[in-house]
Amino acid sequence: MPCMTMIEAIRDALDVALAQDPEVTVFGQDVGFFGGVFRCTAGLQKKHGETRCFDTPISELGIVGAAIGMASYGLKPVVEIQFADYMYPAYDQIVSEAARLRFRSAGEFTCPMVIRMPTGGGIFGAQTHSQSPEALFTHVAGLKTVVPSNPHDAKGLLLAAIADPDPVIFLEPKRIYNGPFDGHHNRPVTAWRSHPLGEVPEGPYTLPLGQAVIRREGAALTVLAYGTMVHVALAAVQEGGIDAEVIDLRTLLPLDLETITTSVRKTRRCVVLHEATLTSGFGAELAALVQAECFWHLEAPVERVTGWDTPYPHTNEWDYFPGPARVAAACHRVLEVK
Amino acid sequence: MTHTALSLRFAAPDVRPGAAPDFSQFQVPVAGEMPRPAIDATPETLRDLAFGMIRVLDDTGQAVGPWADMPDLTDDMRREGLRHMLKLRAYDARMLLAQRQQKPSFYMQHLGEEAVSCAFQRALRPGDMNFPTYRQAGLLIASGYPVKTMMCQVYGNDGDPVRGRQLPVFYSSKEHGFFSISGNLGTQYIQAVGWAMGSAIAGDDKIAAAWIGDGSTAESDFHAAMVFASTYRAPVVLNIVNNQWAISTFQGLARGGAGSFAARGHGFGIPALRVDGNDYLAVLAVARWATERARANLGPTLIEHVTYRAAGHSTSDDPSAYRPSDEDACWPLGDPVLRLKQHLIARGAWSAERHIQAEAEVMAEIAAAQRKAEAIGTLHSGRRPSPAEMFDDVYAEMPPHLRRQRQQAGF
Repeated sequence: MPCMTMIEAIRDALDVALAQDPEVTVFGQDVGFFGGVFRCTAGLQKKHGETRCFDTPISELGIVGAAIGMASYGLKPVVEIQFADYMYPAYDQIVSEAARLRFRSAGEFTCPMVIRMPTGGGIFGAQTHSQSPEALFTHVAGLKTVVPSNPHDAKGLLLAAIADPDPVIFLEPKRIYNGPFDGHHNRPVTAWRSHPLGEVPEGPYTLPLGQAVIRREGAALTVLAYGTMVHVALAAVQEGGIDAEVIDLRTLLPLDLETITTSVRKTRRCVVLHEATLTSGFGAELAALVQAECFWHLEAPVERVTGWDTPYPHTNEWDYFPGPARVAAACHRVLEVK
Repeated sequence: MTHTALSLRFAAPDVRPGAAPDFSQFQVPVAGEMPRPAIDATPETLRDLAFGMIRVLDDTGQAVGPWADMPDLTDDMRREGLRHMLKLRAYDARMLLAQRQQKPSFYMQHLGEEAVSCAFQRALRPGDMNFPTYRQAGLLIASGYPVKTMMCQVYGNDGDPVRGRQLPVFYSSKEHGFFSISGNLGTQYIQAVGWAMGSAIAGDDKIAAAWIGDGSTAESDFHAAMVFASTYRAPVVLNIVNNQWAISTFQGLARGGAGSFAARGHGFGIPALRVDGNDYLAVLAVARWATERARANLGPTLIEHVTYRAAGHSTSDDPSAYRPSDEDACWPLGDPVLRLKQHLIARGAWSAERHIQAEAEVMAEIAAAQRKAEAIGTLHSGRRPSPAEMFDDVYAEMPPHLRRQRQQAGF
């Protein structure tokens, strides 16, 4: 099986989708000739032609609005917003239009499209290249939200998102584009080729949306994470000698509640992780669901380890990013509750 | 060194309630004067068309000038156009009354703007797609969409194709080339461009028509649509309906006085036409020109339809609070129904008696449709969609959390 980075896996997924489905179109800022500022679309225009993969004006609302029209015509646009931090001009089109079109027309018009957005911090991206806006999508009825944590999943989930009949927000943690990152920013960067999930099958395959996966089995507590924080969680519990079960949610909405509740009912303790800010973040939804579904099993309050309720800072990146030390400390606090 | 205290200009209409309507600043160009260029003319050679006004019907009802040249247009087609406008006006009147009787929660009329959507629709072909605002129901009427079904939507009853989910007048019909209406202004303008791009990418021959009001041209979506339509030369007709008013704000607030709305096209290299929106034949001629251009793969056209919103913005609006109550009667471009009627009479193809008879027939037809719609239900009585349907169509397949909520609600 070939080894790929997450960038290569995403490009491969787009290549497969373009080749197998003539309705797929790929476009966005710098996506065409240049191949994307992160190289996720490199070579696609040359291989599949200008009508299948092309550059757009710098207008997020234009990119998404045009894609909605194209999807309602019958194509399957897979568009890119260069950074998730820049999706706000398109937010009206995403929330008021893409998410609601099927409902408001009673299924007469539909919006099968994917919006790819590099997301997350850990790259000294500061305020406008580091945000994690997933809660702004999971709060919107009609959208599906996906966050892969590795190349293998990125390809399978992206192909599933493209095949999905609903609008899918596909958040790509840019910190792990080239290799897994466990939050130890002072250590050398590792590459995907030394990671088992850097092995990506050739050709088409899909991973079901709405299905979480257990990355590490454990008995003492459950850690819920997605994207970059999956790797942070694994490092934190490994180094801390914590017998934690680490769940990679993969899809935030629809959520795999069964995998979560089965685990928490077993371990009786739960820590929720995300890079995004705390207040009204997706962790609040996870904590509320765990509390409601597992109340009689819980031995300790559900803890959340997240970014602080501040804009994402530049210089103080590692004081902001919820790294392995903070995760391990939260796990120990939860375990100490008698 | 002297200092100037800076200040802002706050644009306001020339007259307010209590004063006499004044359209003396409004230039009414002579009918028939504007040239009719070839559809492949370059935008640069068309500049005057964005500042003048294409008019076909003169004060005596004669069709004059190069835009009147529509040899295939029979008297039957002209009478049909009149009937569509009468039908839309009668429909509006009945729904306004029904709203006052609290049968639907809300309604929006087209009074004075009937020619724009009724005439434009006749230049489209089956399969083309309109991306309308809430004030183009003439597109449905002129395409033969059942009035009874429109009423069911307004009432949100069990006959409503969109299952009571949308506000009244937010129709949707793929079959009749009428894209689902959204309450968010301007959003459909760029979507129309995307739909047209889709048609072109697929190598299809269908075109799109985008619709927006004068006020909503201030939305960012308008700008995005112009850029995309121009950049990709998309097969789309970009319509601006300038009815002078955006609820209480006059068109100058959206900078209608800075050039014309049509003139915006020239900043993007998009051919732009300004047309008398109360002149059925002029709207039809311009719509044919723009749709032919799009079908010939020559790209987008911007059309500013100059008209007047004779009624309140909606049933929730009282225009006498912000403009003279008799302003509509002074509108220099007159009434679209009366002007086409005068034209047909001048051609010997119509008469005052036939007009009265036609009005009665149309009203009877609308009243009969209303009885059928109300037999199904109104907002507060009769059959309405099951609440279980609230949970359908959020996604293609109902996800587990919605299934749980539906069961929890007891539906």
